[in-house]
Amino acid sequence: MSPAVAKFLAMGGYAAYVWPAYAAAVAVLGGLLLWSLGAYRRSRRELERLQRESGR
Amino acid sequence: MHRFANPARFMRLSAAIMPWCAALAAVLLGLGLYLALFVAPPDYQQGEDVRIMFIHVPAAWMASFVYALMALASAVAIIWRHPLADIAAQSAAPLGAGFTLLCLVTGSLWGERMWGTWWVWDARLTSVLVLFFLYLGYIALVNAFDEPGRGARAGAILALVGVVNLPIIKFSVDWWNTLHQPASVFRLGGPTIAPSMLWPLLVMALGFMLFFAALLMVRMRTALIAAKVRALRLAEVERHAAAVLTPRQAALP
Repeated sequence: MSPAVAKFLAMGGYAAYVWPAYAAAVAVLGGLLLWSLGAYRRSRRELERLQRESGR
Repeated sequence: MHRFANPARFMRLSAAIMPWCAALAAVLLGLGLYLALFVAPPDYQQGEDVRIMFIHVPAAWMASFVYALMALASAVAIIWRHPLADIAAQSAAPLGAGFTLLCLVTGSLWGERMWGTWWVWDARLTSVLVLFFLYLGYIALVNAFDEPGRGARAGAILALVGVVNLPIIKFSVDWWNTLHQPASVFRLGGPTIAPSMLWPLLVMALGFMLFFAALLMVRMRTALIAAKVRALRLAEVERHAAAVLTPRQAALP
């Protein structure tokens, strides 16, 4: 690891606080995103299936 | 207002707006992350630890904003019985709860080094924790009834009562002694935060806002599609029942 990258990752000695905060943001926002998109896809598939069946 | 809030119109409008909202959110969050981690200077007292602010403050703003929106939608649902209002409030609630949780977690991480404690039961922290429980209570209450309409109504009333917490959160840092610093952006006389930190903060906050708007549309569309699925299933069941009953009834003398 180059010294510049190591210095960046060290966050001036606050790495143990700064990185968990950003990780929490990724986890919470990413979790909401995946959960909402998953439910959206499932509901759309279900609607398409029902409309196909009732169209028969 | 009613013209735009018609469910069919909402489906058309949101289909057009949602992709732009999502794309802009991605750009702003990416830019915000870059500004927050690489461009914004370290604080002269807090050093690099101040970078937690760029997550914590937008999350805190969104926590209160989403609640205000949820309460407004609840008021519309109670007064005008608008079909989209309940769906908007219920779609916003888990997102608001997420922002509040993120605010609490990042605040805790920030507080541990700056104040020397993960948590204190002071006015600001406690009122935000109450906000988190209001979100959870709302979600639980809405889903606690067999009949969705009653759950929505009970939830709407809870959301409106909980609005009293919002000014308490906002002014807690002025009304009581607290470890939490007072407002440094939305205050009379303008921001006291340095522009080099204010800009990354505002970009990040706008990114959070558009992320919320895009996901709110996704969730509202999901709820509307789910309602349509329920209606189609009901129609299916009724048609089956009719098909089964009619020949027998026809055979009766």
